[in-house]
Amino acid sequence: MNQFPEILKIDIGQYIELFIRWLMHNFGGFFHVISFSILWFLLQMQNLLFLMPWWLVLLIIFVVGWKVIDLKSSIIYTFLVFLIGTFGLWDSMMLTLAIVVTSVVISMLLGIPLGILMAYNDTFNALMRPILDSMQTMPSFVYLIPALLLFGMGKVPAVFATMIYAIPPVIRLTDLGIRSVPKEMVEAAHAFGSSNWQTLVKIQLPQALPTIMTGINQTIMMALAMVVIASMIGAKGLGLDVLEAIQHIDIGQGFEAGVSIVFLAIIIDRLSQSVATRFKYPK
Amino acid sequence: MNKKLKVEQLTKVFGHNPRSVLPKLSKGLSKERILKETGHTVGVNNVSFEVNEGEIFVIMGLSGSGKSTLIRCLNLLNKPTEGKIYVDGKDIVYYDNKDLKVFRQTKVAMVFQHFGLFTHRSVIDNVAYGLEIKKVPQSERYKIAGETLSSVGLQGWEDKYPNELSGGMQQRVGLARALATNPDILLMDEPFSALDPLIKREMQQELLDIQSRLKKTIIFITHDINEAFKLGDRVAIMKDAVIEQIGTPEEILAKPKNEYIQKFVQDIDRSKVLQAKNIMFKPSSLVSTKVGLKVAIKEMEQGGISSIFVLDNDRRLQGLVTIDDAIRALREDKSLNDIIKQEFYTTSPDTYIHELIPYATETKYPIVVVDENKKMLGIIMRVTILSNLV
Repeated sequence: MNQFPEILKIDIGQYIELFIRWLMHNFGGFFHVISFSILWFLLQMQNLLFLMPWWLVLLIIFVVGWKVIDLKSSIIYTFLVFLIGTFGLWDSMMLTLAIVVTSVVISMLLGIPLGILMAYNDTFNALMRPILDSMQTMPSFVYLIPALLLFGMGKVPAVFATMIYAIPPVIRLTDLGIRSVPKEMVEAAHAFGSSNWQTLVKIQLPQALPTIMTGINQTIMMALAMVVIASMIGAKGLGLDVLEAIQHIDIGQGFEAGVSIVFLAIIIDRLSQSVATRFKYPK
Repeated sequence: MNKKLKVEQLTKVFGHNPRSVLPKLSKGLSKERILKETGHTVGVNNVSFEVNEGEIFVIMGLSGSGKSTLIRCLNLLNKPTEGKIYVDGKDIVYYDNKDLKVFRQTKVAMVFQHFGLFTHRSVIDNVAYGLEIKKVPQSERYKIAGETLSSVGLQGWEDKYPNELSGGMQQRVGLARALATNPDILLMDEPFSALDPLIKREMQQELLDIQSRLKKTIIFITHDINEAFKLGDRVAIMKDAVIEQIGTPEEILAKPKNEYIQKFVQDIDRSKVLQAKNIMFKPSSLVSTKVGLKVAIKEMEQGGISSIFVLDNDRRLQGLVTIDDAIRALREDKSLNDIIKQEFYTTSPDTYIHELIPYATETKYPIVVVDENKKMLGIIMRVTILSNLV
């Protein structure tokens, strides 16, 4: 009586599955190229990070922290990274960083132009908003499966999944930043004969930059939050250490890896946030 | 005079399908009814006017009257729905992107109510913006921008950012930015409305000074009738998307076209708008230096006046004779020339009445309006000046 009628059941899932298989069949080459490019970038990143001796990494964190925040914070951050090393998680941290940096760079390359398009075109905006909503709320395991099917196991689907989860803030805040540029300022730019491109590059983007930087900061944080889940499809790094700890019910290892992710998050957040505030103009 | 700008039957409607409401507009439906029935907002309705080269043309109206919409049509920030806009004889409405860019870069510049300055650029980079868009090399555009900044009294502020400046100074930057590209036409959209009264007056004076040097064609928007009449060579008064009256301040004051305008001009300080030539009149009786005392006395008797002005053959003012002096002189056998007095005030026809008030309270005789050759143009009775005050 109170049950939803069985007869009205539509099996939408099977069509999605068909669609993904159709994509794989017809656009396999396309996804192969994407996969190869992402992997290439990721490996370059990884090589760069592993090329640096541990003390150089610490030194860089110390100097950057000192420059953009202050001496006290930089000492704390350097010590926290040093701690991660003492846990024996140095290599995992570097692998995690490589995935995060790669995802964030790709997110920016895609997200900022998309955000600009959304700000310029109301129809595109209306189309994108539910997509962004679902990217942020859809449980990430759901799109791990198609990512696996399209890209196979390993680092690339990890980057792909991380990107899907982390890209919405940079898109949304680019859109917001450009829409918030005062109307008179844009009118002034046009009144002096600027082309749309000149208005965008000389006025709108510089004005939106503080907001876009906040978006990038959010994207970085979300990318970090995704690394544990990404490890389930074969990405190595701190996430994998957490995963192994769960499988072996190893409280100690789980704590060390978990706390390392938190340290990393705090440091990257503070550094990128204070870089972002540097782009603000006096009100 | 050379017509710089000519607007013919300009209409601007905002909405999904602006042209669809044009028939309703021409049928004479009101703005409110069109908004209710079709959801379209009528910004400007069938407006025509001409602006002469080198004049300040003020468009005055309350908020919502369509004045800002109108001025944005003149550089096509708003694309007109219908009508023609001629600048130097060329219709700009159908300019393509390229022509429009050139037009905006060279012929016309705009000053905004809230300044519209680029807060991420230094003052000099704001002023140089128009030149940067024109691809003028950096050293040259900084040179021009620096000179323009000096001309509005802001030398030494080049490297500051707009937010570090006061409101008045920010609008000077806005003005300098508009002047830097050396445009023929300056569009000013309520440029001084956001400033406090003292700074506002200072900026108005500054604009008049700049205008006397540069002789631009200026379209100036304001909601302040005193500002309109102070700055405008001619004033157009807008209400509900149409222009109600166009004329010089004196014309509008003298002959307000309808009650609405009448109400506006009530608030005007007439003594600051009306000039001597507007209120002078030709005296009914005058005497020449050649006539005798008796004629002068007779003239005064007939006119019922106690003093009379004396002119020479070329209508040049010689002086004034009072009835008392004339009767005494007749008894003492003196001539007219012996008793001519010079104890009265003269003024030029372009003097504003408020400048004459001190003289009017001091003298007992009428004030004489003369041209540069001392020819008499008319006289102003004291009572005319003083009654304007009440």
